[in-house]
Amino acid sequence: MDSDEEQEWVPLKNRPEWSDVVPVEQDDGPNPVVPIAYKEEFTETMNYFRALYRADERSPRALQLTTEAIKLNSGNYTVWHFRRLILKALSADLQNELDFTEDIARANSKNYQLWHHRRWVAEILGTNATTQELEFTKKILSHDAKHYHAWSHRQWVLQELGGWEDELDYCHELLEEDVFNNSAWNQRNFVITRSPFLGGLKAMRESEVSYTLKAIVAHPENESSWRYLRGLYKNDNQSWMKNTQISSVCLKILIAKTDCIFALSTLLDLICHGFQASQEFRDAVDALRNSDLEQAESDLAKTICSLLETVDPIRVNYWKWRKSMLCQDAN
Amino acid sequence: MELPVATVTQHDQWKVESQVFRIYDLFGNLPPNAQSVMIELQRDNHIEYLTRGLRQLPPSFCTLDASRPWLCYWILHSLALLGESVDDELEHNTIDFLSRCQDPSGGYGGGPGQLPHLATTYAAVNALITVGGDQALSSINRCELYKFLQQMKHPSGGFRMHDGGEIDVRACYTAISVASILNILDDDLVHNVGSFILSCQTYEGGISGEPGSEAHGGYTFCGVATMILINQINRLDLPRLIDWLVFRQGKEFGFQGRTNKLVDGCYSFWQGGVFPLLQRVRSIIDEQLVLPDAGGHSTTNGTHTSTTSSISEVGESFEGTSSHVDDACHSRQEVNFNDIGYNFVKRPIEMEPLFHSLALQQYILLCSQEEKGGMKDKPGLSRDFYHTCYCLSGLSVCQHMWSDEEDSPVLPRALMGSYSNLLEPIHPLFNVVLEQYHEAREFFTRD
Ligand SMILES: [Zn+2]
Repeated sequence: MDSDEEQEWVPLKNRPEWSDVVPVEQDDGPNPVVPIAYKEEFTETMNYFRALYRADERSPRALQLTTEAIKLNSGNYTVWHFRRLILKALSADLQNELDFTEDIARANSKNYQLWHHRRWVAEILGTNATTQELEFTKKILSHDAKHYHAWSHRQWVLQELGGWEDELDYCHELLEEDVFNNSAWNQRNFVITRSPFLGGLKAMRESEVSYTLKAIVAHPENESSWRYLRGLYKNDNQSWMKNTQISSVCLKILIAKTDCIFALSTLLDLICHGFQASQEFRDAVDALRNSDLEQAESDLAKTICSLLETVDPIRVNYWKWRKSMLCQDAN
Repeated sequence: MELPVATVTQHDQWKVESQVFRIYDLFGNLPPNAQSVMIELQRDNHIEYLTRGLRQLPPSFCTLDASRPWLCYWILHSLALLGESVDDELEHNTIDFLSRCQDPSGGYGGGPGQLPHLATTYAAVNALITVGGDQALSSINRCELYKFLQQMKHPSGGFRMHDGGEIDVRACYTAISVASILNILDDDLVHNVGSFILSCQTYEGGISGEPGSEAHGGYTFCGVATMILINQINRLDLPRLIDWLVFRQGKEFGFQGRTNKLVDGCYSFWQGGVFPLLQRVRSIIDEQLVLPDAGGHSTTNGTHTSTTSSISEVGESFEGTSSHVDDACHSRQEVNFNDIGYNFVKRPIEMEPLFHSLALQQYILLCSQEEKGGMKDKPGLSRDFYHTCYCLSGLSVCQHMWSDEEDSPVLPRALMGSYSNLLEPIHPLFNVVLEQYHEAREFFTRD
């Protein structure tokens, strides 16, 4: 495809419809730094672009030229900006823009300009674009489930145009496929806190806690689910600390003795927020200790920190610091 | 028995782990003298790679044709970190070229004649400060630049990247950083920026590009640095931010950008570079730790509690009416915004680094370094100027984390490899080499 297009390329100076335009060279100066050895096609297209941009010519041929320029460098925000001015002036059919951006995305979708343009188009099309936009992002996410721009766009669509109805199911589908997909957990948080149909975080909390605890028990090494759980209690640490389901799951994982880092750090946080750990917790933590290596501490929180220093050595400085901070806020 | 099938995340992660561990195994089995060769910073090769890029780039760089001030900054800053400056002619050519990227009505575009853009403005200003000297510094039209920044200001508190462009945390950082370093930051530019950044701190603890998006290393650096520059760092939930941040360093020793994503050398700076910022706001972290429930209800200190919660509500709804919050924060203590960056590096470091600095240096030197010069994301990928800049910046941060005062010597325990690996220290809020920062500070505070 690409090579065909290259072969078909006719220099603009040989195209009769451009004969009235005097191309404008880039003002790079006599000895530019970071000079790029542009290919002829790139130089010529940009020279004609500069001529039309300078003349502010908002015409169909200018629109066509921006298409060519964007295909050569989809990161050129000036060209995209001018394209929007032209589209407005021509009252162009914006449906074509959706096809165009999809075309550009096929070559490289990790680019701010393309997504910003898409948002601009969708904003004008309004709710007519909802389904298409959700499908478009879904398609991108099916190739790269953590695509940052695609997720941002999808969130914007939901908030501005709607389409919330199936979003929680979609998050569930993605998590079934890959429970380690943090972007899907983030989207789940977005949906339960912002969807107008679900009643907000508090209404959703109970069912979300059991959903998440199941995921945690299946994969206690998965940081995403632990952080999601904690997020369910944003600004309500007391309810978090008092939920015995959560401390029980921590205990269960500690007793199983594998992948304990997040269970330990959660228990530490719970204790810092006032959780009174029973003897069972102490026993489970003691059973994880290598008695030769670590000094016994009377204080459970300190013991957890010391244990984490050993089992999570990359964060040894962090756990030491946490331990040092325990003395200060102990009251 | 049926084995559970690995998910995409697990599969990708294991693949990278095995590549990285193979390198560490190889390193571990070498005799000490061979180890010290392997861990050496390939100074000369980096310098050659960088200088060549400044002089000529191949056609494949067409895709970066709207990022040429970035190329200047990545290359010149990398060279400055290596203690290397370019010759007079290249300096002159840099100043001349960037002047052609400067828009007559303020700000810098991605190349000559392109629309001014906040990111390339940040890159151009930092590049010129790195070049240094009156000619470079006076080439920046600060009056017009200020007007450009005002035009990019959005009622939400954020900034647009360019005329009609996107609004995000990057835009806030690049605008505030440039204004601060050029001594033109004022209340109008600061207005509501803090509320915008606050609305981007996610449930994970890190900061996202826009409200609702996923916590991400690049935006976290931008958000934290911005909050410090506008004197509102206390509004972020720092214990949660730190907890998210320390978990971004993985068993590969490098940092990942987001939870359960792959390690990448450039996050050595975007994540690692947040630590020297946090080290200097220790008292605020302590304050928040003593009141662990400040985000909601309970505990003793009623004022702190209600302030924090009302601010977070305001942050979520982008109403223009939230101005009183910013005003309240400002009136609390009169502060000249333009002195914050200057005073910041003078603050004593009261805290050990909270990440594993030697491990990160090992990842940078063994996994990100290209022997023939340049740095990269991870083993198996190719070098580029962006990763060279941010791997070296991260390396410099690691080396100077313990140095209390600007001129105090770097201790051997802070350093992976020999002293020949030592890089110049940076100003951690702006990511320009400290010496050049001071020259610029002096220049821009002259009447
Ligand atoms: Zn990277």
